[in-house]
Amino acid sequence: MSLKVAVEKRLESFALDVRFDAPTPGIVALFGPSGCGKSTTINIIAGLLVPDRGEISLDDDVLLDSRRRIAVAAERRGIGYVFQDARLFPHLNVASNLRYAQRRAPYVSLERVLALLDLEPLLSRRAHQLSGGERQRVAIGRALLSQPRLLLLDEPLAALDRDRREEVLPYLETLRDQLSIPMIYVSHQFDEVLRLATHLVLMQSGTVAAEGGITQMSLDPKLRVLIGPDAVGAVIDGTVIGADAASGLTRVRLGNGEIKVEAARLAAGTRMRVQLLARDVIVSTRMPQYLSVRNSVQGVVTAIDDDSTGKAGGVGSDLVSIDIGAGASILARVTRAATRELELAVGAPAWALVKAVSLRGHSFPAPGLPREHGPTAEQR
Amino acid sequence: MIAPTHQEAAALELSLSVAWRSVAFSLPPAICIAWVLTRRRFAGKTLLDAVVHLPLVLPPVAVGYVLLLLFGTRGPIGGWLDRSFGIVLIFTRNGAALATAVMSFPLMVRAIRISLENVDRGLEDVARTLGARPLDRFMSVTLPLMLPGLSAGAITAFSAALGEFGAVITFVSNIPGETQTLPLALYSALQEPGGEHAAARLAVMSVVLGLGGLLLSEWFARRVRWMLGR
Repeated sequence: MSLKVAVEKRLESFALDVRFDAPTPGIVALFGPSGCGKSTTINIIAGLLVPDRGEISLDDDVLLDSRRRIAVAAERRGIGYVFQDARLFPHLNVASNLRYAQRRAPYVSLERVLALLDLEPLLSRRAHQLSGGERQRVAIGRALLSQPRLLLLDEPLAALDRDRREEVLPYLETLRDQLSIPMIYVSHQFDEVLRLATHLVLMQSGTVAAEGGITQMSLDPKLRVLIGPDAVGAVIDGTVIGADAASGLTRVRLGNGEIKVEAARLAAGTRMRVQLLARDVIVSTRMPQYLSVRNSVQGVVTAIDDDSTGKAGGVGSDLVSIDIGAGASILARVTRAATRELELAVGAPAWALVKAVSLRGHSFPAPGLPREHGPTAEQR
Repeated sequence: MIAPTHQEAAALELSLSVAWRSVAFSLPPAICIAWVLTRRRFAGKTLLDAVVHLPLVLPPVAVGYVLLLLFGTRGPIGGWLDRSFGIVLIFTRNGAALATAVMSFPLMVRAIRISLENVDRGLEDVARTLGARPLDRFMSVTLPLMLPGLSAGAITAFSAALGEFGAVITFVSNIPGETQTLPLALYSALQEPGGEHAAARLAVMSVVLGLGGLLLSEWFARRVRWMLGR
């Protein structure tokens, strides 16, 4: 099952030509700099904007096909939309805002959504009596109550300060883990994408520069330019092995290796997404010994790229990709001089040493595992 | 002394009745025309806009005369109404309401247009994504959000209808108990020798009525603004 998008539209500042094919369910992140056409794209998907030509289909339903003159009206697409500015109806209180969606949907239980998003205490309030985070939670709840087959989120956290974002993010993670509604999440914050997305579509000046799973995309040179040198690093979906008795850290399997992460107690087998920042990874061509760094994973060098984003003290640097097995790779930033001295080359064995625990771990549902089902297309 | 006389009470009751009918007649078409002028692009839009504003720039007597030509029992519309439905507008309070409605129509359309322009289209987009069809969307989102301007327009039109003179006297004449509204009664009083006292009383009634309308409008606007959280 997938969401297929291929649309073109001439805009004042540029020509939008977006094509991607994302698996559903899951969260597809539309990621890119401001003004690259992300919002225009999801407005077209929602049906609020008409493209010059193109096709959109969700699973097997055609929503738009300009050649066959099919264009399902926005109100009939069954696509929920959470706007950056929440857009709660000011003439209605929270309960009525939620019921507005519920009344127009075939059937959906209010209780479930209230519980998922903790909306009960807010019901009698009006939009202007809510904080930014609360407003966004209500907007998400309202969109869910319309029983969408696809949920679009247009930078829902962009208008919030850091604390408020942290307040809303866990709810989004809950939705991803408990409902099987596919979502498109527009953002220019890579850390949000990292925490939420399963598939990444990278946009640049109106076109898709690259797309793929997060793990694979984290190694893509096109992403490096966008997120800046300090955020470059491999994202790997690992599996929790268990707690390390001596250190109290959590042991996580990454590829064929294993590292220890500081994380909340998690059951063995839990999927955990970690980001290993390239600047925090050291490369060794020998089995490391006598070092303070405890986390090391063995692998094979698969690529050495010019690190065009890194300005490591004015010295040229390289990004070394090390395949650690099971489809996972680690990125390490190494100065050009070190690359030469270590005689690093594609195909050579190497050890990746992860300095400190710069690992950002997020528990993640394993794809394919049975999930609790929320309102889905089948119930419509 | 203070209690209104029978004739004054009749004029007052008639004025309120005419003003209320006038607003009821003109509100739905005013909303339609305001919507068309704000949201649609079409050839002849400027002309429609001009026609709507015509009563504002024409002498009221001319408007009354045009109404007489169109809605008189021998006029094209009046004759048809009489033959088909037995509706006679000329020399009746419904006719007075029609005359005041036409006169206050531009004010009403203006107020509604401004309120419609201020409605956030983004909220209508939300309604679309929540499955609301066009009419549903208009009734459940656009119209409630227009309420401040709508009520201001209606109250202004109501007050203007209370005071309309020229178009009313030309179209439906000055018949006590049927078409003699406050301003017409006031005019009649002034025509009679020694009618100054009666005229003064009617003038005071007009002031009280007008002031009441304005205060009511202000109170209502505040309530609506509070409801909308502004």
